[in-house]
Amino acid sequence: MTEPILTAAHLTMDFGSKTVFNDLNFTIHAGEKISLIGHNGAGKTTLVKILLGLLAPTAGTVTKKSPGGQAKLKIGYVPQFRNIDADAPLSIASFVALNVGLSWRPWLTANEKKRVADVLALTDLTAIKDRPITLTSGGERQRAYLAQALLADPELLILDEATASMDVDAKKAMMDLVVKVVTQRNMALLFVSHDLELTARYTDRYLLITDETLATGSSKEVNADSLKGVRI
Amino acid sequence: MFAFAFMRHAFVASTFIALTCGVVGVFVVARQLSFLTHMLSEIGFAGAAFGAFLGISPLLGMLLFTIASSTLISGLSVERARRESTISAVSSLFIGSGILFLALANQSSSYATDILFGSIVGISINGVWQLVILSLIVLLTIWLIFRPLQFDSFDSVGASANGVKTGIISIIFLILLAVSVSVGAQIVGSMLVFILMTIPAAIAKALGHSMKQLLIISVVMAILGVWLGLWLAYVTNWPVTFFIALIEVVAYVVALIYQRRQAD
Ligand SMILES: Nc1ncnc2c1ncn2[C@@H]1O[C@H](COP(=O)(O)OP(=O)(O)OP(=O)(O)O)[C@@H](O)[C@H]1O
Ligand SMILES: [Mg+2]
Repeated sequence: MTEPILTAAHLTMDFGSKTVFNDLNFTIHAGEKISLIGHNGAGKTTLVKILLGLLAPTAGTVTKKSPGGQAKLKIGYVPQFRNIDADAPLSIASFVALNVGLSWRPWLTANEKKRVADVLALTDLTAIKDRPITLTSGGERQRAYLAQALLADPELLILDEATASMDVDAKKAMMDLVVKVVTQRNMALLFVSHDLELTARYTDRYLLITDETLATGSSKEVNADSLKGVRI
Repeated sequence: MFAFAFMRHAFVASTFIALTCGVVGVFVVARQLSFLTHMLSEIGFAGAAFGAFLGISPLLGMLLFTIASSTLISGLSVERARRESTISAVSSLFIGSGILFLALANQSSSYATDILFGSIVGISINGVWQLVILSLIVLLTIWLIFRPLQFDSFDSVGASANGVKTGIISIIFLILLAVSVSVGAQIVGSMLVFILMTIPAAIAKALGHSMKQLLIISVVMAILGVWLGLWLAYVTNWPVTFFIALIEVVAYVVALIYQRRQAD
């Protein structure tokens, strides 16, 4: 097997006296599609934030490495909660373009505009690209979040409950899109969800946080019985 | 009116100040920092008074106080600072100490009026240079950090999720805000710098649909306000600050009415 792009070793997280999880160990390889499951409050979002470096774990380490070489692993992250002002002056296109990357130029270069246009096309947003982001439907907005994360061309894509507000068809459409892009660009996927059906259908392997520890297995085995009555 | 050197100075200085306040204001409104801008202007008053007490320039005193407190505030999270009711207590303390410094400095009461309500027409060529240079530093810094600042201001969750160092951006912006408040106070005074920092940007928010439009509307409204204000003050001999406040507030009301109409 190839070298892992992300290795978590002995991760423990306490908030004050409350332990969220204890001694988690796992790896993620290039191109792997993994789901992260666990009941509300099990610590999924907390774990994701630790992987990103947004939170420091109480103990343990996270090692990240770009699949190609020694460069920094590029992670695209669609957070569970977003806080966008109701009258922010952002079209879908300009919202996506926020993540275009650093430069001394305030404006977008021709090349950057093309990258934005490409990712809008990929996520099927071209037709509504000029619509204010605050007037979009929940599903369209999730696609815009996805497009924004994809713009930076990540090697690992982390989606935290990205399908939670969608109807069944929209969920399937969104996941088909995600899996298509992830496969096309050989990205790894970490899909945080409560939806066991999507998990089984679209990911290879699951990570389950339960009773402060981590269990893993093939996504095909994910069903209420095999999880031994653990509530998700 | 440009026959007089003092009017030329006033015109140049206020143009740069309006440009700075117009640009910075867009981010103040987006980041919901109006309350902090108000507090910084009160802190600025205390700083200017402290400057008088020490015998240094009021601008320097203001810069010292506002930058120091911005840096301190950024230690707390801004979210928390907003909720803290201690903020208004701290503000009163600063105003009180400003009054004390003025009394200790033995300055005439017109000095206090100048700090509080502005004294643009009395500005020297050196003063003009200082304001122009400070304005340019603020504008250039915003230019350089424009992308991460914009990301963090409109989608802070997304920005930190995508690796923007939002903490550093916040600190830099608070320092820029401190400098702009100190600079703006030189023209409209520390009591009303708030107007130039927030109303043109609020008008822009009501009318604009993109970042570019917001910046243009905000800057145009700020510059129109100070130019018209200076001219009206020259013609009538009434205070500049009064006219700037009047123009901005009238424009704001018109913009709000227009926005309502559009929405219906
Ligand atoms: N900053 C914090 N301070 C204290 N407790 C926290 C903090 N962040 C999270 N927690 C707690 O840690 C636990 C795990 O939270 P987390 O958000 O990671 O859960 P989750 O698995 O993502 O849940 P959900 O499925 O509802 O999104 C919860 O009990 C939560 O209340
Ligand atoms: Mg969560």
